[in-house]
Amino acid sequence: MSKDTLEYHWGKHHRAYVENLNKQIVGTELDGMSLEDVIIVSYNKGNMLPPFNNAAQAWNHEFFWESMKPGGGGKPSGELLELIERDFGSFDRFLEEFKSAAATQFGSGWAWLAYKANRLNVDNAVNPFPSEKDKKLVVVKSPNAVNPLVWDYSPLLTIDVWEHAYFLDFENRRPNYISVFMDKLVSWEVVSKRLEIAKARATKREMEEERRKKEEEEENSEDEAVEVYVDGDESESE
Amino acid sequence: MLKSGRPWPDLIGSPTIVLTMMKKRTEMGSVTCNPLAPPSTRLLLNPLKIPKQLHGSQRASKIIAYYGLKTPPYKLDALEPYMSKRTLEVHWGELHRGYVEGLNKHLAKDDVLYGYTLDELVKVSYNSGNPLPVFNNAVQVWNHDFFWESMQPGGGDIPKYGVLEQIEKDFGSFTNFKEKFIEAALTLFGSGYVWLVFHFVDNIFRLVLLRNFSVKREERRLAVVKTSNAINPLVWNDIPIISLDMWEHAYYLDYKNDKGTYTNVFMNHLVSWNAAMSRMARAEAFVNLGEPKIPIA
Repeated sequence: MSKDTLEYHWGKHHRAYVENLNKQIVGTELDGMSLEDVIIVSYNKGNMLPPFNNAAQAWNHEFFWESMKPGGGGKPSGELLELIERDFGSFDRFLEEFKSAAATQFGSGWAWLAYKANRLNVDNAVNPFPSEKDKKLVVVKSPNAVNPLVWDYSPLLTIDVWEHAYFLDFENRRPNYISVFMDKLVSWEVVSKRLEIAKARATKREMEEERRKKEEEEENSEDEAVEVYVDGDESESE
Repeated sequence: MLKSGRPWPDLIGSPTIVLTMMKKRTEMGSVTCNPLAPPSTRLLLNPLKIPKQLHGSQRASKIIAYYGLKTPPYKLDALEPYMSKRTLEVHWGELHRGYVEGLNKHLAKDDVLYGYTLDELVKVSYNSGNPLPVFNNAVQVWNHDFFWESMQPGGGDIPKYGVLEQIEKDFGSFTNFKEKFIEAALTLFGSGYVWLVFHFVDNIFRLVLLRNFSVKREERRLAVVKTSNAINPLVWNDIPIISLDMWEHAYYLDYKNDKGTYTNVFMNHLVSWNAAMSRMARAEAFVNLGEPKIPIA
């Protein structure tokens, strides 16, 4: 990835997203929030508010730069490799899937490796049998500025397939760009670290949910001591 | 018209050369993307006898195509310095060509979509918002054909006669139109196109005795629209007059991230008002079916 590309991609595109975002949120309620919160709030469940594009792109690009390193590439190791092999069959199959997702994203967008916890992303549905197996790695692709945070996934790795990311170096040859990215640029250490953070976050959330459920149960059982007929699952939804 | 599998004999071991239809180019831009296009816009295949010396090559034995790659109505370096030859080479020679090949591959799989003109194929495969897999390729071929013909060497400047009148009627002034167009281009996020279209407000069907119903399009005016990715105003029955490709691949090699300069250069030096004129004339004729009116362009 040439210096020219970095100069334009980081120095102009990324910088513009940050500056425009700042201009857009100054003085509004989004001003003090963390970038992830700004993204989720302005995503507005699909009905995106104006700051979303800039916020998400700022986040995406930061994530993208950190996913790479000089002399990167190779294979992951340790737990990350285990999970990849468990969820995709083999590292090569994962590679195929990731490359194809990136190559088939029509128009501008991103391809991601994300950690998907076993919670469902809707307010009134509960995963009735949460298990360790449901927590899996997935490859997803998203258009324009969308990123998996809005689907409540934990992104681990991304590749920018907007044309500005590869046009100066590869012109229209997107598959070459993707291969070079996977062979020479990916920083698996960073991805492993993110995986750990993601898992920790998932566990913490589970524990909190358990705790909340227990509290609710205690409250309810105090009130309903006299009731004979009790519906078991009416009050347990999140 | 190809309605089923293979109407030509198998020539195993020898490449089949496909003839691309090259329309005769008039001074007023070309006859393309035309609702009234005669069937000759459909691609005809003529397998030729291959001269003996090519038999030696062991390349792919069959190249079958249903749509051909149309060349722009000017040489690849004719738009310099506003759009470089390299951009044309990559954009037309590789990307546009890739879309054509992808389209043909799709069509080769299943003969249910044979026999359409490209316009019809776009509308049919859009499928009212639930596009078929062939849509992306088909519409991008259409879009790029249209885009090349929306430009000309020595273009830009302002339009004349009927086009100018219509623009002034619908936008107030040419400057206003230009501002709107540029604004649309700069505010488009992601990949897409900006269009000047004839926008129709459809009114009720009118059943005419002894004939099929005809849609009387009561109100029509020019409008600037921007679309994402590959969407094209044909799918909601507008008639495009001019387009500007805002996918990054169209300008990145020449202008990098500077969309503003690219758009201004397009308006000032590249846009072909001749093409717009002929398209508008055709659009008016198309809409006035049953009311023969000599278009005063």
